[in-house]
Amino acid sequence: MTRAAVEIPTKKKLRVATTSLAGCFGCHMSLLDIDERLVPLLELVELDASPLTDIKHPGPCDLGLIEGGLCNADNVRMLRVFREQCKVLVAMGACAINGGLPAQRNHLDIRDCLQTVYLSGHGVERGFIPNDPELPLPLKQVHPLHDVVKIDYFLPGCPPSAEAIWQFLTDIIAGRTPHLGHGLIKYD
Amino acid sequence: MALNLSAIVARHGGDPSRLVQILRDVMDAEGHVAPPVITALASTLGVSRGQVEGVVGFYSFLDSEPRGKYRVLFSDNITDELSGGHELRQRMLDAFRLELGEVSRDGLVSIGATSCTGLCDQGPAMLVNGRAIARLTPARIGAIASLIRGESPMDQWPDNLFVIDSHIERKDLLLSTPLSPGEAIDAAIARGAAATIDEIARSGLRGRGGAGFGTGQKWAACAAAHGGGPAERYVVCNADEGEPGTFKDRELFAHYTDLVLEGMTVAGFAVGAQKGLIYLRAEYPFLFAPLLAKLEERRRAGLLGRDVRGARGFDFDIELHIGAGAYVCGEESALIESLEGKRGIPRNRPPFPVTHGYKQQPTVVNNVETLAVAALIAKHGADFLRAVGTAKSSGTKVLSVSGDVARPGIYEYPFGVPVARVLEDAGARDTQAVQVGGPSGILLGANELGRRISFEDVPSAGAFMVFDTTRDMLAVVENFTRFFAHESCGFCTPCRVGTTLSAQMMKRLVAGKGSRRDMKDLAKVTQIMKASSHCGLGHTAGNPVIDALAKFRPSFDRKLRSLDVLPTFDLDEALAPAREATARDDAEAHFNEEES
Repeated sequence: MTRAAVEIPTKKKLRVATTSLAGCFGCHMSLLDIDERLVPLLELVELDASPLTDIKHPGPCDLGLIEGGLCNADNVRMLRVFREQCKVLVAMGACAINGGLPAQRNHLDIRDCLQTVYLSGHGVERGFIPNDPELPLPLKQVHPLHDVVKIDYFLPGCPPSAEAIWQFLTDIIAGRTPHLGHGLIKYD
Repeated sequence: MALNLSAIVARHGGDPSRLVQILRDVMDAEGHVAPPVITALASTLGVSRGQVEGVVGFYSFLDSEPRGKYRVLFSDNITDELSGGHELRQRMLDAFRLELGEVSRDGLVSIGATSCTGLCDQGPAMLVNGRAIARLTPARIGAIASLIRGESPMDQWPDNLFVIDSHIERKDLLLSTPLSPGEAIDAAIARGAAATIDEIARSGLRGRGGAGFGTGQKWAACAAAHGGGPAERYVVCNADEGEPGTFKDRELFAHYTDLVLEGMTVAGFAVGAQKGLIYLRAEYPFLFAPLLAKLEERRRAGLLGRDVRGARGFDFDIELHIGAGAYVCGEESALIESLEGKRGIPRNRPPFPVTHGYKQQPTVVNNVETLAVAALIAKHGADFLRAVGTAKSSGTKVLSVSGDVARPGIYEYPFGVPVARVLEDAGARDTQAVQVGGPSGILLGANELGRRISFEDVPSAGAFMVFDTTRDMLAVVENFTRFFAHESCGFCTPCRVGTTLSAQMMKRLVAGKGSRRDMKDLAKVTQIMKASSHCGLGHTAGNPVIDALAKFRPSFDRKLRSLDVLPTFDLDEALAPAREATARDDAEAHFNEEES
């Protein structure tokens, strides 16, 4: 790549998209936990698709933050859209990195899960397994993001602390290789 | 079949350190170790239930659930695979309409896979209820299937099924020097214990199990442990021989039994031990009875027991322990744990077995071949060994040659022999690669056949598997990664996770579903295993992958489906169970080809 091709606009805001796949929005809550630093952050970044903007599909972005793993077909499709649109893609939090809590179901047969929940479970009457084409089908097992696309950075934690997210974002905005270091890397 | 548990326990003196042996007997009597038996054993032996259950769960040949009345295990070494083992296995599975690892509904038969059974010179091979059957053919499979269908008791099966051939193709110093029983012991006694150790050290004898530690140094350390004062010292003969492609110890025990036992006795005399233990792998059941008979014969001849060969105060006897199907038990500290009736998990070292070994006492653990050579040195002196070999590898090496050669079998050469010479003698043609020392050893490419078997260049624990140019080296390496994933003891994370990840990635690559990322990750995972595993298994499990990536790169590149990142699983197939449950088949219920 020539130097001209990677020319970095100095004033242009960084375009950021975020989404939660098979997650609990805890990582997004942790992002909000950077509190008043949100104000200077919004001076530097422009939010594209995100639960915070309620835009559903991202356009071309510099950075994508993904919370949650892959538990159904929609998760996979959305992840691929993010991969196409984002220059840098980040797996944020335990579920995105390892499957996390939703992956607890991986030792069960998904057919049995559906049977139990919609047909044979306690208190279920005249049940049926929902089959509307609008509903995404669950995958056999829950997978981490990197099982399907290339992930550029992994931000561990359940959730990653607000400090860790802040450190990560400020490094990226400043054009540095993100470095969390001791104290900010936590796996729980 | 009624299980007489108290009789079994009594036979082993109620000794909890004999737990693995007790459980083997329970398996023989009942086919599995049922949970109530585990509970009963724990209380009889005065150990926790968890300990017994842990041991049952650890070893491949111990089961807590019933298997088939006929338990068939196909050897899954690469040499078995290349000689058609998988096709024969499938034929038998089809005959009984079973999946691999499944028990037939009537409980008659189960068919599974097991790691290399050490019959690589006469594969494909299998074990039926622990008994080895070699040289499998479609006809033999048919005959075995009929015997099983007819529920014929195994002791009434035709004897020729169980014949194990012997192919000793080349003899050198070790295999051609005769020794009468007692000669080496007499020589050692005449020389004295300390001088015998000196003689072994001066001969330059190094461990033949692969690591090459100085045998004299090991013996001296054991003799000197605890200030050289009185202690219960032990000599252990490591006959676990689990490294795929190795079968030299099988032949040494079959045809040079006296030499090995003599070596153990000499070691016992030299270090001041009263007891020797043989840890023999369960895959060699055809050796058990002859070996026990030979021990009895030597007791009667005064070669074992009290005042051996009339030397007052030199009491030494040898006990046979049988393994239960765990490769990691070839590692000496894991082997000792197993001898003590525990899970075969390698110990932290130091302290080393020479000071804190079996039952925390000073223990020498030597390979079968090392002990045989030691016997000859005791008789003929250090120079006898020094006269052959190279500067740092004196003597000879017994190789187990298998794979794409005209004459597989046992070949003994002086150290320093070029790989090409072995290939020529064994009748190899169009050789593409040689795996020396087994999967944990070194994979040599066709341009390296001038390299020499020696501690200076290519060390070997004895395996020598040859692959000609028709073979897919990726499939070979995939077999090895599968082996390590199966044999990792699970104690440390880098090895437990790393071996499984490697096997998964290799499987994808071989199937032509891999991407450049898999190759990068493979390199990374193998490095992590090497750097951070608890024992030698994890340190070496990545070797075949590392060697193959370096030497057979085009084989990998040809198979890559993409230079980019591909999903590690089949996306559309991952939706199949949910499609079935919802009876959906619309476009959204699939990942189309472009998406997958």
